[in-house]
Amino acid sequence: MKILIVDDSRTIRNIQKKTLNSLGHNDIDEASDGLEALTVLSQGRPDLMLVDWNMPNMDGITLIKKVRETDKSLPIIMVTTEAEKSRVVEAIKAGVNNYVVKPFTAESLSEKINQTLAKLASAT
Amino acid sequence: MKNLVVHECVTGLSFMDVKFVNAFVGSIQNVFKTMLSAEVKIGKLSVRDSGVATAEVSGIIGISGEVQGSVILSFKEDVACRIASQFAGTELNTDSADFSDAIGELANMVAGNAKKDFTGYEANISLPSVVVGHGHKVSKPTEYPMLVFPCETSLGNFSVEVSLVSNKKPAMAGAAG
Repeated sequence: MKILIVDDSRTIRNIQKKTLNSLGHNDIDEASDGLEALTVLSQGRPDLMLVDWNMPNMDGITLIKKVRETDKSLPIIMVTTEAEKSRVVEAIKAGVNNYVVKPFTAESLSEKINQTLAKLASAT
Repeated sequence: MKNLVVHECVTGLSFMDVKFVNAFVGSIQNVFKTMLSAEVKIGKLSVRDSGVATAEVSGIIGISGEVQGSVILSFKEDVACRIASQFAGTELNTDSADFSDAIGELANMVAGNAKKDFTGYEANISLPSVVVGHGHKVSKPTEYPMLVFPCETSLGNFSVEVSLVSNKKPAMAGAAG
């Protein structure tokens, strides 16, 4: 399973990578903003994408809207400090499958990843 | 304990809604507990009226929208290095490529986590800026005082300085969702 992490903080990308590694996922690509993510996506579709909201050049919500123009089924989890209900609703409308609020524990991130993948597996 | 500290410090303060104060107390403790497994004891808050603060490492976030101002995490260098290292899970110093990234992300989390409790106010946070340098000065961005949250942890002491103003009337803010 290929997973793409999109976050402008390398520290957060590393923390997420460790969590994914602990779940047995080792095929991981990274991008530091939405524009870079689009470039990575043009080279191949991942099986799951973790996306931050606030990033330079192109933010996460814009990225998700662009992805959903052509790909309705790619599993996307937003991982962000944006925790207000209005932001969560905005993200769901944009097409995210799940939502993780920073700060997060490895356990809470793992749970959301497993939950998202299980839901998609049962739907197919 | 948390409410007592806030109650004592805000007596007589009219420049900042108490909900903002409580939001930052909760956010600082939540971020450090969750990401660094570090308990933060917040001391008695104080007000800084002077235009500049000196620090060795500062993580800065701007807030805009119906609430405007800034949030500054201010550290001595050795404390910043211990905190950044604990957060990143690897040894970092101020020359490390990821040092500023870690401090900036902590500032981002503290401001973002507090913002969720600005009930009734729409606000946005900026991308973080990090300043490293002994004795550097961070100018106060508004005419309003900074509220200083002194923070004590097993990794060392630091402070969070917050200056927020809103042009939205409290009654309207309370009525909004």
